[in-house]
Amino acid sequence: MSEYVLELKGITKIFPGVKALDHVSFQLKPGEIHALMGENGAGKSTFIKVITGVHKAEEGEMYLDGQKVDFKGPRDAQKAGIAAIYQHVTAYPHLTVTENIFMGHEMKKRGVIQWKEMNDLADSYLEELNADFKSTAEMGALSVAQQQMVEIAKAISMKARIIIMDEPTAALTKNESEQLYKITEKLRDGGASVIFISHRFEDMYRLATRVTVFRDSQYIGSYDVNGITNADLIKAMVGREISDMYPKPEVEIGEEVLRVEKLTRMGYFKDVSFSVRKGEILGLTGLVGAGRTETVQTIYGVEHYDSGKMYLNGKEITVKNPSDALRQGIGLLPEDRQHQGLILDWGIGRNITLTEIASLGKNGMTDEKAERAKAKELAERVDTKAVTIFDKASSLSGGNQQKIVVAKILASDLKVIILDEPTKGVDVGAKAEIYEIMGELAKQGYAIIMISSEMPEILGMSDRIVVMCEGRVTGELKRGEAAQEEILKFAMARSPKAAKN
Amino acid sequence: MEKKKFDWKKITGSREMSLVIVLIVLCVFVQIRNSSFLTGETLEDMFRNYAVIFILALGMMCVLLTGGIDISIGSTLAFSGMAAGLVMRDYMIPTPVSFLLSMAIGAGLGLVIGVVITKGKVPPIVCTLGFMNIYRGLTYLIAKSQWVAAYQFTDSFKNFALTKYLGFGIVNNMIAVTIYCYIIFFVVMKWTTVGRRVYAVGSNAEAAAVSGININHVKMGVYTLMGFLCGLGGSLWTSLYKSAQGDMATGIEMDVIAACVVGGVSLTGGRGSVVGVFLGSLTIAIIGKALPLIGVSQFWQSAIKGLIILVAVVLNVLAQRTMDKNNLKRREM
Amino acid sequence: MATKLGRTIIAEQPFSWKTFFLKWEWLLVILFLGINVMNASLSEYYLSGAGLFNATNSFLEKAFVALPMAYILVLGDIDISVGSTACLSAVMLAYFYNLGVPMGLCIVICLLTGTICGAINGLILTKFTELAPMIVTLGTQILYRGIAEAMLGDEARGGLSNVKWFSNLYWGKVGIIPIMLICFVVCAVVFGFVLHKTFFGRRLYAIGANKLAAEYAGIKVQKIRMIVFTLTGTFAAVTAIFLAARMGSTRADIATGYELEAIAMAVLGGFSTDGGKGKFPGLILAIFIVGMLRYGLGLINIASQFMLVVIGALLIITVMLPNIKSMFKIKKKA
Repeated sequence: MSEYVLELKGITKIFPGVKALDHVSFQLKPGEIHALMGENGAGKSTFIKVITGVHKAEEGEMYLDGQKVDFKGPRDAQKAGIAAIYQHVTAYPHLTVTENIFMGHEMKKRGVIQWKEMNDLADSYLEELNADFKSTAEMGALSVAQQQMVEIAKAISMKARIIIMDEPTAALTKNESEQLYKITEKLRDGGASVIFISHRFEDMYRLATRVTVFRDSQYIGSYDVNGITNADLIKAMVGREISDMYPKPEVEIGEEVLRVEKLTRMGYFKDVSFSVRKGEILGLTGLVGAGRTETVQTIYGVEHYDSGKMYLNGKEITVKNPSDALRQGIGLLPEDRQHQGLILDWGIGRNITLTEIASLGKNGMTDEKAERAKAKELAERVDTKAVTIFDKASSLSGGNQQKIVVAKILASDLKVIILDEPTKGVDVGAKAEIYEIMGELAKQGYAIIMISSEMPEILGMSDRIVVMCEGRVTGELKRGEAAQEEILKFAMARSPKAAKN
Repeated sequence: MEKKKFDWKKITGSREMSLVIVLIVLCVFVQIRNSSFLTGETLEDMFRNYAVIFILALGMMCVLLTGGIDISIGSTLAFSGMAAGLVMRDYMIPTPVSFLLSMAIGAGLGLVIGVVITKGKVPPIVCTLGFMNIYRGLTYLIAKSQWVAAYQFTDSFKNFALTKYLGFGIVNNMIAVTIYCYIIFFVVMKWTTVGRRVYAVGSNAEAAAVSGININHVKMGVYTLMGFLCGLGGSLWTSLYKSAQGDMATGIEMDVIAACVVGGVSLTGGRGSVVGVFLGSLTIAIIGKALPLIGVSQFWQSAIKGLIILVAVVLNVLAQRTMDKNNLKRREM
Repeated sequence: MATKLGRTIIAEQPFSWKTFFLKWEWLLVILFLGINVMNASLSEYYLSGAGLFNATNSFLEKAFVALPMAYILVLGDIDISVGSTACLSAVMLAYFYNLGVPMGLCIVICLLTGTICGAINGLILTKFTELAPMIVTLGTQILYRGIAEAMLGDEARGGLSNVKWFSNLYWGKVGIIPIMLICFVVCAVVFGFVLHKTFFGRRLYAIGANKLAAEYAGIKVQKIRMIVFTLTGTFAAVTAIFLAARMGSTRADIATGYELEAIAMAVLGGFSTDGGKGKFPGLILAIFIVGMLRYGLGLINIASQFMLVVIGALLIITVMLPNIKSMFKIKKKA
């Protein structure tokens, strides 16, 4: 008989070009709430997917109550009593809450669905969770917090004994988070064991008895929450010396290049103002849902804004679409490089020249020779690990794909470069190379805005840091005076209005 | 915490409600212009003539719910109806056998389509485009470019469309069959897991797969069902028109899809109801029947139908945009 | 900025006989030659001037709308209203001609009609991007033909054959080459050139391959879609001109099924309904294959209905083929 309800040993998971988990171990005691922490890309999400049967590990074993288990798919994990709560993936937007909870295991009598019984049972779950909506509500009309409750109700209905939550408080207001804490404790009191991933220390202090840290796809250690300090935890999460990682050159910072004033887009961000200067790297940070990506998408013209102004080199500009943005000298490295940044089916050469195809040719015709020369030049400039410019973009590793997107941006004549999570999903080696490139670009006089959720990256590379929380700018710090706790404080500073909810 | 208003339920419910209101207004308008519209005789005539569309729309709803489409239904109907008709001509089979035959053939044709879409991974629009041609060509070929004429059908078969024995003596057979179909579908879609799975696959296929639902089976099922109903439609059609012609039911797919779209079935899957489909088919039927009665030349029918489809889908989009905008407003910043 | 590790990237692509020949288009060439051989053996005057004329003119009028249809497919969209657009345009032409309007102006009206029809499609689709092209062009398909029906009822409008130069558009020749063939070749060359050699064409492929990435790369996706749908309408009108020139009269039920044939030709030619794929030589070959096949079968009195089966089957097999290959690949791995 094992003292652990869930145990994993030596789990290794490999994706093309990336080792997501490297001989990772983990133990979950029965009835405990266990926090899983680590930087982005440390391997937490992948680990969860292995536990829930979505991914199959190449090496390692998993034990449930001491018995070895081998899940062939998510269904097996569900049957074994493991439930995971993500943010939206498993919701049926067109169907009601009841249907979402019971899909696949409806209550039937002789083949006929018992709607009344199901609705009532669903309502009882919702009541336990203090939900403010009924089971007959349409899933697609609910807020993120409410959808999360439905997911939890689903887990309860399936009598899950191990419940895993992935960033549960990321999109919640303070009150909603408080509710979630109560629910989680209730679940534990009901006999379940909980694992949750979070970036927030307060989640951990409030709920967890133990915390496990992953770093760079490896298991670092498990600690008692009572016995560890923030500093120790951060050290475990970050590990390496910050100064080595971030080759930020000393750059003479020039005049203001881009300024946004009181940008507002209903439902996404409000009164956002900041500016960035020549040669400066502005770090834009905050938690998930802060509105950073939405803001830069608006600056780049992918989305519109309801009010506010933008100035380039002092002159007011309007950007209605990316074509406008590029023409004025603003470039963007999108957050999702596979769907927004690259055409995976194409060769890297064609990807790089796509934006400037018109200027590379003459009279409307494409000039293959000029294209190839340009593509070669830029691909070499960012030091891509590829053999020819005809290699398919899909065949490159995450880091190299990102470099291709950078090369694509450099093809245009720009003044401002916005990078949205430039090192997300990129291995350590390529990360360093991307930082090098950023430093070079700053030296060359570009004004750079970098969005990042990784604290060390923000601290290491930015000249100035702007912090957003739930659509508002909540703080601004200079390079010298910034520290992780400061930033976190701003990142969680909900507006008085929202806190009232 | 802020209470989410539940007028969403009322709005989706009211999509059907607003359609009902529009229909009522339409009927009143027509009745005023031509008082013979809302008579038993006219209405029975209308339902009898449009029964096939009502029934096919149910099948199309299921296909659309899964996010697919089937534009081959006219050809499937023609082939099954023609095949059964030929057998009747040559072997004088009894009416029930004829019906069973056409339904079986239709189901088989639908199954083939389902397999090509799921296993062959051909997009539904291309697949049904191709089979539309194939089945239509085959229809002409088996008929050897001839008709099956009225005198070649059995009397009992021809009488099917005129008598009322399936409707307990009250309602015409065609209408009775339609009613039975609607009752069955209403029950199955709402009260059985089979029905829920169809919705699940269309709403979020990924989640459905994780829930253990076999997506391919569901899809093959809806196309087979569609074919089955086309087969039923084939017999109904030939009975009604007392003949089997190679070009029968050409273009019917447009009416059926229009009925579904107007009835609120989403083309991307996951949304739609039997009630909505009924109302949509009713709309198509009323337009077809009513327009000539108020002096609108039959030649304007298509144009009006096309316009209605376009207006219906655009209004849908506008309604969705308003809902989304309202959702955003609630997010306090 | 010199590369840190001095890595150089190769920018030339060495010519490989294998990749050159392992292309869909060669399969089409073989099919094309095969069909011609078959046809020649069926009719001894197939290879003569008159024979050539009969063969190509039997299908070329439909082919004009296959040209922009290929663009639509590259974008990842679809347009099933082209048959109705052609019908309405032809009806407009005959209608106004019978009102006494000079033929030249009638042709302009015809082209204008087609362009407007296409533009309406484009407008609805680009202003309401949530709508699927399938359903919008379904609606306009019914609407446009409906307008033609409202105009003509079930009558015909004729007299077009009185204008000799108009009839000659279809029936005339330069030497032994039909005028329509010359027009087609010119159009095909322009379309092919734009698709493969201009940045407009490159952008079409980008949109079809990944609409979002194309937008982020500064491509004006909606503007391009608008242009292509409008163009499709214009060329549906071109088809209408030749159709009217052939028949000398129009009715409201002509040009049915043209959209299906155009799509079938494009898909056979290598264009995928998912978008982002296909080359023009393939399209041209496919057009001729389908046309010649139809003609040849007609020579031996195979029912035109059988052609329906063949085209339908061809379309489906064409799309299934690559998928079957991958089905077997997966089986091997497991």
